[in-house]
Order: sequence, then C-alpha cells, then structure tokens
Amino acid sequence: MALTEKIKPKFWDHQDVSAGLYKPLFNFRRIWRLAVLLTAGVTLIPLIFMAIIDYRVTQQAIESEILLRTARLVSNTRRSIAFFLGERKSALDFINKDNPIAALNDSKRLAVLLKNLKEGFGGFIDLGVIDSNGVQRTYVGPYHLEGINYSNQDWFRQVVKRGIYISDVFEGFRQVPHLVIAAKHDLPEGSFSVLRATLETERFNDLLSGLEMSGLGDAFIINRRGLLQTPSHSHGKVLDRVGFPIPRYAPNTQVFEGKNAEGAPLVIGYAYISETPFILMIVKQKGELMSPWYRTRMQLIGFLAFSVTVILLVILGVATYLVNRIFMADQRQVMTLHQVEYSNKMASLGRLASGVAHEINNPLAIINEKAGLIKDLFSFKAAYAQDPKLVGLVDSILLSVQRCAAITKRLLGFARHMEVTIQPINLEEGIREILSFLEKEAEYRSIVVSVAVLDEIPTFESDRGKLQQIFLNVVNNAFAALADGGRLDITIKRIEPHRVSIAFADNGCGIHENDLKRVFEPFFTTKAGKGGTGLGLSITYGLVQELGGEITVQSEIGKGTTFTIILPLDKREKEK
Amino acid sequence: MQVLLVDDEQELVSTLAERLEMRGIEADWVTTAEEALNRVDQRPYDLAVLDIKMPKLSGIALKKKLQEKRPDLKFIFLTGHGSEDDFKAGSAEAGSDYYLVKPLDIEILIAKMNKILET
Repeated sequence: MALTEKIKPKFWDHQDVSAGLYKPLFNFRRIWRLAVLLTAGVTLIPLIFMAIIDYRVTQQAIESEILLRTARLVSNTRRSIAFFLGERKSALDFINKDNPIAALNDSKRLAVLLKNLKEGFGGFIDLGVIDSNGVQRTYVGPYHLEGINYSNQDWFRQVVKRGIYISDVFEGFRQVPHLVIAAKHDLPEGSFSVLRATLETERFNDLLSGLEMSGLGDAFIINRRGLLQTPSHSHGKVLDRVGFPIPRYAPNTQVFEGKNAEGAPLVIGYAYISETPFILMIVKQKGELMSPWYRTRMQLIGFLAFSVTVILLVILGVATYLVNRIFMADQRQVMTLHQVEYSNKMASLGRLASGVAHEINNPLAIINEKAGLIKDLFSFKAAYAQDPKLVGLVDSILLSVQRCAAITKRLLGFARHMEVTIQPINLEEGIREILSFLEKEAEYRSIVVSVAVLDEIPTFESDRGKLQQIFLNVVNNAFAALADGGRLDITIKRIEPHRVSIAFADNGCGIHENDLKRVFEPFFTTKAGKGGTGLGLSITYGLVQELGGEITVQSEIGKGTTFTIILPLDKREKEK
Repeated sequence: MQVLLVDDEQELVSTLAERLEMRGIEADWVTTAEEALNRVDQRPYDLAVLDIKMPKLSGIALKKKLQEKRPDLKFIFLTGHGSEDDFKAGSAEAGSDYYLVKPLDIEILIAKMNKILET
C-alpha cells in the first residue's frame, strides 16, 4: 500500500452527499486546510518576519563594526608613521640649531652626530651638510658623496622653499630603496645650509608589517603617483605601480567598500599623511572579515528551518488529530441517528408483520376448517373416500394452508423478536430461522448454504432482535456477493469457555484490499447506485459491539469473504 | 364431552363445531361473549374454546366471567396472534400447552381437549 494511503487521515476522502446545502460544514478536508493555514500563518509569519529583521540588523551592525575597526586601524597606523617621520625630522632640526655650522662642517663632529642618531633613533644611514649652492660640503656615511652638487635637483629646491623635505622612497645612486629627510638651517649672515639624512626603509616597513592583519589583509604605503613605498602582499614590491586609481584626497581617514579584480568584496581604508608624499592604505577581504558572521548566519538559518519544520509538523499533527476527532464524533452521531432510524424501521416492520399475520391467519383458519370439513365428509362417506383425486385435491389445499401458516408463524416470530429484549438464545436455531427467510432466494439462485456446529454451544442470554439483525445483515451481504450456484458455509464453534465464534464464509467475488479496512465505515458502499446505502455492515458492527462481541473480516479477490463474529456467552463478558 | 366454541369468526367456529361433531364430540358454537354467558347456563359444558381477540370482551375477560358461573369449566385459547401482549397474556393464562395458534390442526385440538379433561 502506498505511503500516502497509510498516512491519509480517515476524513480525507469523506464526502457527505446527504448534507445537501450544509455540505461545506461537513467538508473536513477544508476545515483541516483552514486550521493548518491559519495556525501556520499566525505562528510562522511573525517568526520569519522577526528572523529577517534580526538578520538584517545584525548584518548591518557587523558591517559597521568592520568599517569602524578598519578606520581605527588606519588612523592609528597613520599616527605611528607620522610620528616616525616627525621624530626624525625634529632630530635634524635640533642638530641644526644645537650645532654651529662650523661644527657641522667638521666631519668628525658629524660622524659623532650620525652615531648618536643611529643609536638614539635607528634607521639613519648617512648624514650630509650642503651649502647654499647645493654642494655637499661634509658627508659621513658608507659612500663617497662629498662634493656632489644637488642644486639642480627638485628636492633641494623644495627644501630651500619650504624649510623641510621628506622624499618618496627611491633607489638613487645605490639602487637600494631609501628615503631622504632634509632640513634647512638659516645662518646669521643671511646664508643657509641644509642637513640631509638618508633613512633605510626597513624600519619604515616594520611599522606596517607589525600590524595585526587577518590572513588576506594588506597594509602598504603608496606615493601620490601610485608607486608602492612599502612591499604589498597583493600589489607587488616596492616602487611597483598599484593597479587601482589613487584615492581622492581627504584630510581625515576614509573607509569604503570596493571590489578586487576577481570581483571579491574589499574593505579599503586610507589616509593621507600630512607633509609627506605618503598615502597609507589598508585593504581587507570583506568575506574573510564576515566569515564568523557567515558561520553564525548558517546556524541561524538552520535553526530557523528546523523550527519551521517542527512547528509545521506539530501543526499538521495537531490539526489532523483534532479534525479527525471532530470527524469521528460526527460519524458517531450520524451512526447513532441512523441506528435509531433503523431500529424504528425494524420496529415498524415488526408491527406490520404482526398485523399482516394476524389478518391472514383468520381467513386461513377458515379455509383450513372448510377444507378439513370437506376432507372429513369425504372420509366419512364411502363414495367420496374411494375417489383418490378428490382427497388429493383437499390434501393439496390443506398442505398449502400449512405452508401459509408456517409463513405467518415465522413473520409473527420475527415481529415478536423485534420487541423482546433479553431472552435465552439457541444460536443454531436463531441462524436457521434467519436462513428460512432466504430459503427461496437460495433455491432460485442455486446457492448452497450449510450450517456446521463444531462444539456444544449452550443457550445463552442475549438480545434476540439484535442478533437477528446481525445475522440477517451478514447473510444478506454474503448473498449479494455470491454468484448463482455459490456457497455459504456457516460454522459455529466455541473458541473459549465463554466465547463463541460464528464464521460466515462465502466463495463470492471478495473485497478489494483497499476497501477491506473500510467495510465497517458508515456510508461506505461498493454497491452505490445498486441500492446499497453503506449502512448495513456499519450497523452490524455497532450491534455486535453493543452485545459485547467483535466482528472481523478476511477476504481475497475472486476467492471469497469470511465474516467472523465473536460473541460472549457470559453476561459478565458483555459488561466488560 | 360437551364443548362450547366461542369465536367472532362464524364461518370458522361453525365449521369447527361440525368437524368435532363428526368425531363424536358435542360442540356448540357462539360468536359473542354474551351468547356464551347465556349458553353456559343452559348446558353442562366440560370445556370452552375461546378466541382471545374478540370485539367488546376479550377471551381472557370472558374466561373470568365464565369461571364465576362455572368454576369447574376448563379452557383452551385460540389466537390469530395479534400483538406480543396478546401472546404473553394468552400463554400466561392458559399455559403454553393450552394455547393454540390459528390455523388449527383438528387432531392436535382434540388431543389437547382430552389431555385437559384428564387433569
């Protein structure tokens, strides 16, 4: 059997045709659907709505937090770099002011100053003093740069103009990346000198490489022409050109969202470092920053899906259970009404049978007596007594009267039992009495009916009327299933000391497996349109239960059907 | 044996009386309770066969009145079996041995008559 058939509730295929105008009231499938939709609506819509709002708020908060953290990192790093350069610039200023030009032009004194700078600050490579003509007068460092004329170089013009100069990172004569800081010093006679120092970039790079960055994060410095001033994980080595446009100038730290060449979302923060050619850039992979949220999001979505599934299952279960209960209650009510109606019908039938029998019995008695008298006359007068034809005719009349009398007696018996409640029952007699009603039909249709009593069955107290209805319904049902020439075997046996079983086995058409579990349901019929109401077996089921018994059915298509009724012989059993 | 037959069906009761006569039983018949009460004064009947369901006075009521006049009179009841009440009353009054349902078998009736008169 298909799964849908197994889980389908009883009310699913129910159609109450007799409800007429009130049919929608008894459309249980519609009631179920309404209950499920309403309950699911009022529970799931707020839940999903709240989940969506919460999702959006949380995501926005996390995104804001990421931007804020990036901005904070950029600002702090910018301050560190500005401080690094400012510190060295101030040191040069201090040397200029603290040492007369003669001392600075003394290479020994200058060497001492370089040594102090290296020890005090680190990162200094050399130190030189350049006169107002741009000629390097004194130089201490690893190279031989004394006498070089810088007057035509751009940096010299800028330091003369602004008083201070910080260069881009460049390779210079030595093909090693470095940068230069130069400070102008005005001399008393109106002339000036420039103190120039070369800084190694390693210390500069260390400032960025020490930053706490997640796996794919990148912090680097570019100059205003887009050349890398420090190495970058993803944009190349020092002095390579970056692949993105130079961000617009802003006096404060800026953070925005962009995309890389592969289209992956990035969080980019930058800051222009004032009085330098440098732009600090911090680039982070948004996906990586959001990954904790993505994990939480999956858990939230999973939990939501689980909750929705559980809620739906509970709603489906509860709605099915409740509607089924309403359906069963309704069916019981209908069943009771029909049983009352059926009982009334049977009682009316009983009264009718009683009246008919009585009215027929009197004229039948007259025919009987008149024919009896004729026979008496024949018997007493020798002339007629020897005429076998006449005697035969009278005997035939008397025989017919006897047959009629037997019929009316049965009718009266039937009528009487409709009214009587509890009385001693002989099971075999009761069944044979019912069979006598169907004798003629069995004869015409050549149906063989056998009754076998396998054990000794004592008389027991029961409701004769109900028993008759039960047997009549089951036998009628068997006759309907039998083809002409079929067979009905009735077997009575004692299965327990206090229980007796009566099996009605026919070799008729059988009942389909799908219909088998529904045969006792009210209004279930396979004889629709052929006079079947679908009530016979359901009423039988109810009557058997009222007598404290049970009824079961086994059937196989094409082989036949067996209805087995088990009845208690003991009154106490019935009360149970 | 002298028998009084009481039944509102004249055709039945008259024919029955004739058949009993043919078997040597003296049988009179009447169709009403009044006639029965009169007739019982006139002849010393051994037995009365009463139909239970009769107009005006039922067979049961008639039995009581007849017993007042003739305490020794024996009774057999007949019925076309009207209702359950009739059946119960009839069998209680007469005992199932002396309660016969129409149409009758005359030999059974005579057997019952002999039996009741023996007791």
